[in-house]
Amino acid sequence: MTSPIVPPPKKDPQKRTRTQTLPSGARSRAALGLTAAAAEGRFMLQVCAECGAVQYPPRDACSACLSTDLPWKDIPPAGRLIAETTVRTSTSTYFRERTPWRVGTVRLDAGPSVICHVHGDVARGGAVHIINRLDKSGQGVLFALPAERTQNMEDDPQLRELTANPKFRRVLITDARSENALALAQAFSKAEASIIFLGEAEGWRPYPHRAALAAIPGVELVPLDVTDTRSVAELAGEIGGKTDILVNNARFMRPGGIMDRGDTIFARDEMEVNYLGLMRLAQAFGPAMRGRGADGQNSAAAWVNILSVYAYANLPALGAFSAASAAAWSLSQCLRAEMRPGGVRVMNVYTGPTDDDWHQPLPPPKVAPSVLAKAVVAGLKDGLEDVFVGDVARDLIDRWRAGPKILEREMSETDGGGA
Amino acid sequence: MTAKTSNPAALIGDLALALASGAIEVVDLTHTLDQDFPVIVLPPEFGQCARFRMEEISAYDHRGPAWKWHNFTCCEHTGTHFDAPSHWISGRDVPNGSVDEIPAARFIGPVCVIDCSEGAKANEDFELTPEIIAAWEAEHGRIPQESWVLMRTDWSKRRGAAYLNMREDGAHSPGPTPEAVRLLVHERGIRGFGTETVGTDAGQGAHYTPPYPAHHYLHGAGRYGLQCLNNLDRLPATGAMLIATPLKIKNGTGSPLRVVALVPNRESD
Amino acid sequence: MAGRRHRRQSYDGVVLAAPATVPYQRFSKETAHWWIARALRQSLQAAGMTLRDVDGFSVASFSLFPDTAVGLTQHLGLTPRWLDHIPMGGASGVAALRRAARAVQAGDADVVACVSGDTNHVDSFRRMLSSFSRFAQDASYPYGAGGPNACFALLTDHYMTSYGARREDFGRICIAQRDNALKNPHAVMKTPLSLDQYMEARMISDPIALFDCVMPVSGAEAFLVMREQDARAAGLPHAHIRSTIERHNAFPDDPIQMRGGWAMDVDELYAMADARPDDIDLLQTYDDYPVISMMQMEDLGFCKKGEGPAFVRQHDLTIGGDFPHNTSGGQLSAGQAGAAGGFIGLVEAIRQVIRTAGPTQVPDARTALVSGFGVINFDRGVCSDAAIISGAA
Repeated sequence: MTSPIVPPPKKDPQKRTRTQTLPSGARSRAALGLTAAAAEGRFMLQVCAECGAVQYPPRDACSACLSTDLPWKDIPPAGRLIAETTVRTSTSTYFRERTPWRVGTVRLDAGPSVICHVHGDVARGGAVHIINRLDKSGQGVLFALPAERTQNMEDDPQLRELTANPKFRRVLITDARSENALALAQAFSKAEASIIFLGEAEGWRPYPHRAALAAIPGVELVPLDVTDTRSVAELAGEIGGKTDILVNNARFMRPGGIMDRGDTIFARDEMEVNYLGLMRLAQAFGPAMRGRGADGQNSAAAWVNILSVYAYANLPALGAFSAASAAAWSLSQCLRAEMRPGGVRVMNVYTGPTDDDWHQPLPPPKVAPSVLAKAVVAGLKDGLEDVFVGDVARDLIDRWRAGPKILEREMSETDGGGA
Repeated sequence: MTAKTSNPAALIGDLALALASGAIEVVDLTHTLDQDFPVIVLPPEFGQCARFRMEEISAYDHRGPAWKWHNFTCCEHTGTHFDAPSHWISGRDVPNGSVDEIPAARFIGPVCVIDCSEGAKANEDFELTPEIIAAWEAEHGRIPQESWVLMRTDWSKRRGAAYLNMREDGAHSPGPTPEAVRLLVHERGIRGFGTETVGTDAGQGAHYTPPYPAHHYLHGAGRYGLQCLNNLDRLPATGAMLIATPLKIKNGTGSPLRVVALVPNRESD
Repeated sequence: MAGRRHRRQSYDGVVLAAPATVPYQRFSKETAHWWIARALRQSLQAAGMTLRDVDGFSVASFSLFPDTAVGLTQHLGLTPRWLDHIPMGGASGVAALRRAARAVQAGDADVVACVSGDTNHVDSFRRMLSSFSRFAQDASYPYGAGGPNACFALLTDHYMTSYGARREDFGRICIAQRDNALKNPHAVMKTPLSLDQYMEARMISDPIALFDCVMPVSGAEAFLVMREQDARAAGLPHAHIRSTIERHNAFPDDPIQMRGGWAMDVDELYAMADARPDDIDLLQTYDDYPVISMMQMEDLGFCKKGEGPAFVRQHDLTIGGDFPHNTSGGQLSAGQAGAAGGFIGLVEAIRQVIRTAGPTQVPDARTALVSGFGVINFDRGVCSDAAIISGAA
């Protein structure tokens, strides 16, 4: 049984913050398929399209028939631990600082044997459930969990290295005024985040759920307007050094594309909030978070962007908003690369239409704030990089992967209710 | 108002001396342009007044080693600002209706201050009525033609949410009734009307007939509005001179202001 | 092997001579080029030859980058008409021998110098591990970066579970080799090792403890392959090649490595030499970890699969024992000089059968079996080979 983690003590101000070191991130191009699957928490391996042989390690030709057609497929995660070791001496600084480290050979029911990280609760020779997750270098790695859930399982120190669990971490959620803020704060409170800072823009005008927000245990309302560089810088100056998870929840959207609007006013607001807001937050909070990736149990762990799935494909009915979302999406990739040296995960949560004022005329399905909030927390607990919430987002990404050009045409004929 | 005939050069020389000696005081009626200063809030499907925003271009650093400067953005109607006739639909066709067309002489003029601070303290929806104007005139004389009229409410002392004072049925702040505006514009022929609140109209001004009477009548008649004024409690009821010069924005409907008043220093009397 | 249509050609007329070992150092500021030059020179001096006498050159090294055998020809002033570069790590010695012997036999070369050497800088082991192979980079190094220690810990753990081996059994191999090393003046390990010390050593990667691991060092090894008549004319002591085998990626469907490629080809190894395990006077296994030596004893026919633990309990593996094994101390006690670890057993075996081993000499050693094992490409060693050599009758 895993020992539960305890709230970390206050930081000793005389101690140097530990520099983040990383496990080796070098991979072949084929092996990046594992990383791509891990971004969504899927356990996938290459399966030969011709003979069906499951391949591992990732490769360029089937070792059974030499076919080079090796698509990645979801693989049943069951297997058995057939050998194990506890690494106590490592050539890698990252692992050297984290030994003892349990590693094992797992024979997959699907065929191949894999070397993987092993959860402390897996019995010798025991049945395991393999998950594929991103490590601190941002690369996919395999991890053997016990086949049956155990108590405090998520507190396993090796597993915690792969996740961004909010437990005992300090969270900043931007845009307290948004429809999602209340559900997000409740979800983080339930996930035992130690402090939930809620950035509140324009305190000079009221909004409906302010009192409910303030009543959530652990919530602190702080002034923050992502369109205002000074405000972002001031808050970062105050809490940037103890922001472990930042949830960029600010969003500005108005219906309409190009010609119906006739001006760039809303488009500018969309860029100011959705794109430049992300940039301002990243410039102000990014450096400190990147520097605190290994700062003990409540290290800086993750940056979350809540983005519209229309970042992938423009929905003309929300055409300008889609474009700003695409800009933010692209910038998030830059942020991800810049955060990588600190081992801080950048998780994008893509949602379809949400259940709020601006999507009120659209037909269902729509994503309820509570569903979105749940997906954010679950994604952090799983250490994901890409989360698609709701039927519309999942459907859209499937179509996008199948053919972006076909999807573009389909989007031009939809009313926004579905892709 | 008739000025005593005098040699203009001597007048300006006397004025300069009085300013230098402090016999005439310059009162700043402007709020600092600040990112957090409230702006008018419209239903969200409408375009909104841009907040004041400032981005540093350089600060004696790698972006410019010896100098510091900023880009700023805002609306014509952000902060302490000027409303030109073209701001309102009623004033769209008046001659010289935009800030760049208004003759510069119109920016400077005598000012009457009607103190409604006691009433506004008791009632946040306090109305400036013809009766109040009549009472003021009984004390200070008839409001001269071509003068600025300012409604003092001490609203400028409010901070944060108390300033807009938004509730579910909208903002609650003092302002003039349609009758009062008609009186000032059509019967007294004032140059413009100014307030300490975010607009020249009351927070609930949409519910008058016509809606937003100050905007409607003032601009329809080619008159001007001043809002978000500060320090009105430092002006005398009469006898001061207002200088409100908007930026010369082509076809501009308004402009942020640095607005000041020249006030006789009581101590130097 | 059953079903083979053609009998393999013997290595008659080709011999091994002039074994050379450059004394190992823990760390070196020198390069692999420097170490290889020293070994080549030492071997040529032993043979009374100069660079001009060498027309074939075979190199094995991990730390030559960006050079290969090609760059070394110009660097060392060689003009060979036959050139080889062996990337098989612990299997490189026997592999070099096999290729060179056939070249000499066919007349493609007269004298082939087979050299292996590597330098060990303070950080070179870590750097080599992280880029050792694509599969290792992708699928084993990211998991704790324990390097070969962790990979062999997994194999050892599985072997112990499957066959009931105990740590003491592996300890017997290590302790006997330390005993042998104490007779080898060039071995890096110079103090005796007791079973208690072995058992109490700190864990490196369970169940692998400190004395199960080799010490990475700088060093180089060399020998010459030439026609028997030339060796005789020069009065050089020499060894005959009686048989060899080689196999790569054997038993790919085994879920974890329990046997090497020797198990596929061992019958042929003895048949070609017209010998039996009993005829072997000494065994030089590739010993990066004792579990691998134990597997070689099984797969090379000295005992059955799973009987390795009992075998080492029943035999004395020292120079003076009934089953002399890794007589120079092997890599476990003499040090692992990179790819030269694939030569150490072969070069020592040549010395043994030509009776020039000096302090480590096994009395009356005539026939030696040398086996190689190399390259943990992912989860197991891929290359395996073996040779039986004999001295003069």
